[in-house]
Amino acid sequence: MKILMKGNEAIGEGAIRAGCRYFFGYPITPQSELPAYLAEKFPSIGGVFLQAESEISAINMVYGASCAGVRVMTSSSSPGISLKQEGISYLAAAELPCLIVNVMRGGPGLGTIQPSQSDYFQATKGGGHGDYHLIVLAPHSVQEMVDLTYLAFDLADQYRNPAMILADGILGQMMEAVELKEYASEIPHKNWAVGKSQGRKRNIITSIYIDPKVLEQHNLRLQAKYKIIKAHEERAEEWMKEDAEIIIAAYGTVARIAKSVIKKAREKGIKAGLIRPITLWPFPDKYFQDLGKIKRILTVELSSGQMVEDVRLAVNGRIPVEFYGRMGGMVPSIEEILEQIEKINSQIERVKL
Amino acid sequence: MKKVFERPKSLTDVHFTYCAGCTHGMIHRMVAETIDELKIQDRTIGVSPVGCSVFAYEFFNFDMVAASHGRAPAVATGLKRSLPECIIFTYQGDGDLAAIGTAEIVHAATRGENITVIFVNNAIYGMTGGQMAPTTLIGQKTETTPFGRDARAHGYPIRIAEMLATLEGSSYIVRTSTHNPQNVRKTKLAVKKAFENQLNNKNFNLVEILSTCPSNWGLDSIQSLKWLEENMIPYFPLGEFKNI
Amino acid sequence: MAKITVEQERCKGCGICIAFCPKKVIQLSKNLNPKGFFPAELINEKECTGCAICALMCPDVAIEVYRQEREKK
Repeated sequence: MKILMKGNEAIGEGAIRAGCRYFFGYPITPQSELPAYLAEKFPSIGGVFLQAESEISAINMVYGASCAGVRVMTSSSSPGISLKQEGISYLAAAELPCLIVNVMRGGPGLGTIQPSQSDYFQATKGGGHGDYHLIVLAPHSVQEMVDLTYLAFDLADQYRNPAMILADGILGQMMEAVELKEYASEIPHKNWAVGKSQGRKRNIITSIYIDPKVLEQHNLRLQAKYKIIKAHEERAEEWMKEDAEIIIAAYGTVARIAKSVIKKAREKGIKAGLIRPITLWPFPDKYFQDLGKIKRILTVELSSGQMVEDVRLAVNGRIPVEFYGRMGGMVPSIEEILEQIEKINSQIERVKL
Repeated sequence: MKKVFERPKSLTDVHFTYCAGCTHGMIHRMVAETIDELKIQDRTIGVSPVGCSVFAYEFFNFDMVAASHGRAPAVATGLKRSLPECIIFTYQGDGDLAAIGTAEIVHAATRGENITVIFVNNAIYGMTGGQMAPTTLIGQKTETTPFGRDARAHGYPIRIAEMLATLEGSSYIVRTSTHNPQNVRKTKLAVKKAFENQLNNKNFNLVEILSTCPSNWGLDSIQSLKWLEENMIPYFPLGEFKNI
Repeated sequence: MAKITVEQERCKGCGICIAFCPKKVIQLSKNLNPKGFFPAELINEKECTGCAICALMCPDVAIEVYRQEREKK
C-alpha cells in the first residue's frame, strides 16, 4: 500500500522503522518537517527528541548517543551542516555510526532557502579536518528518502562510519506516494560501545593519538576500511543507457529533470541516457567504466560543477565530459538542458554513410 | 598495620602526566574515590575534555569518551539520554568549559541535564602553554596578556558557578578549592554530593574547583597554593551557590 | 604506630606533602627517581601519626598510609 508523504517526513518515518530512537537537531529551513515529524512521533514510542542550542551541540549529542551504541541521527541544511563539520570529523575519526541528513540549500554564506547541490564537495571530500569519508547517499524520490534511510543506518553500523543523506530542498518539500517497506535488517550488537561495563574490559572512545606512528596506523586502518566500502558499496541507477550516445550524469532532483530531458531528446532522435549516482561517496566509478557507444557525458548539477570532477576522474579522459549547472537556488528547465544535449549532439562527429 | 589510605580502584595504574604540584591529580583522586564509595564504577562513563586533562581517559578506570573542545556537556547529554541508568560526568578545565564551551555548559544546565560536571578553574590555559583564560584575573600576566589582563582590552573574568546557579535547571552549584587540607576535604564532600544528586535524579550538578598551575604561573607548588588562596578566592568566593 | 609509603617512581617531588605534614617527618630523597625528580620519603616513622594529610594533598596519589589498629577493649 502506498501513502502520500512529504520527503522530509519520509526520512523521519524511515528512521523510526529502522530503529532510530534518538534525534538531536537545530531548526533550519528547508528540513524543518523532519524534526517536527520526529518530535510528534517519538514520545509515544520511547524515543528521545532534543532540540539543541546549536548545530554544534546537536552533532556532539549525536556523538554521545552513538558512543552508547544506539541508532541516532541529526538533520540540517547547508549552513547548519557547515557548523557540524567539527563533530563529523570526530565521529569519523572515532568510527561512530550515525545518520546525518543534509537537505541542501543555496550558498555560500546564508545564501537562500531554495534547493541546491553545492555541498557535494563538503559531503564527499571531507568537509571537516583530516583524511576521512562519510558514506553519502543521494535519494531522488520520496520513496528513496525512506529506502536510503534504511540503507544509511545499515551501512553506518556495518562499517562503523557516519552516513549522510544528501538531499535538497525540492526532495525535502515535495510529496509523493511511497511504499513503507518492512525494515528487515537486524541492528548489530556493538561491543565497542560504552555503558554498563560489568564483565568486560572498559571501553574508551577517542580520536586522539598523540604519537604520530600510532596516528598513521589509525589513518591506514581508516583508509583500508574506506577501500572496502568503495569495493562493495558503489551504487547508481542506469536509465536508457544501453544504446545511448550521450549520457547525462546527475543525482537527486536534477536526475528527475534529466529523465524528462532524455525522453524529449529521444523523441528528437537523440540517443540519450542517464547514469544517476546513488552513492556519492563512494562515487560509482564502475558505472562509468564500460562506456559502450557513449560519446559524450553531460553532467548537470545545481552547482558550479562539483560532481563533474568525479565523473571526469571516472572517465579519465576517454571521452569529453561537459558540464551544465545552475546556482543560488535556481533549477534548470527541461528545455534548458535539452538545448545543451542538442548542442552536444551536433558536435559529435559521426561516420557519414 | 592496616592500610588506611590507598589509590582508589577507579584510577588506573598509569602515572599522571600533569606537572609536579598541579592539583588536577588531587581532583582525579577525589572523583575516583567517590565512584568507588558509591559503588558505581561499572556504570560510570566519564567525558574527557581538551586541555591538560585530555588524557583523563588514561587515568580513570571505567568507560570513557573523549569529547572535542568545549563540547563535553553536549556529549554527556547524548550519553545520559541514551543510557539513563548510567552515571555520566564531564571533567573540564576553564578554557574548555568557560570559553569555547560556554553555550554547551549553559544549555546543559538550563535543560536540567541529569549529569555531574567537574569544572577545574586554574585561571589559565595550561596545555597550550599559559595563555589568558576566561577566568584569568585582572592584572594577571599570561602569554597573551604579557602586561597583565586589562579589563578594557580583554574583559573581565567570568564567574561560572554564580551564573549557572541562576538557571532553573541547575540543582547543585558549588565552588571549592584545593589549596589546603580543609578545603580539599570540602571539595571531596562536594564532589560526592554532585554524584549522589545524579543518582537521585536531581537535574544538573557542577563543582567548580579552584586549582593551580605552577608551570604557567611561574611559581613552585607551595607558592601556587598560596597564590590561589590570596588571589583567586577573593574574586571567586567559595561556597554553595545552589543546593536544592 | 603509623607510617606512609611513597611510590618512588610516581612521585614528582612537588613537596606539598612535606609542607603540610604536621609532624615534619617527610623530606625529599637525595636520590633521583627514573622521572628525574627527587621523590618524597618518610624520615621518622616513630613520629608519623598516620593522619594522612600528605596523602590527601598528594597530586599524584603516590602515598599510602598505614596505622596500627586500635585494640578493642
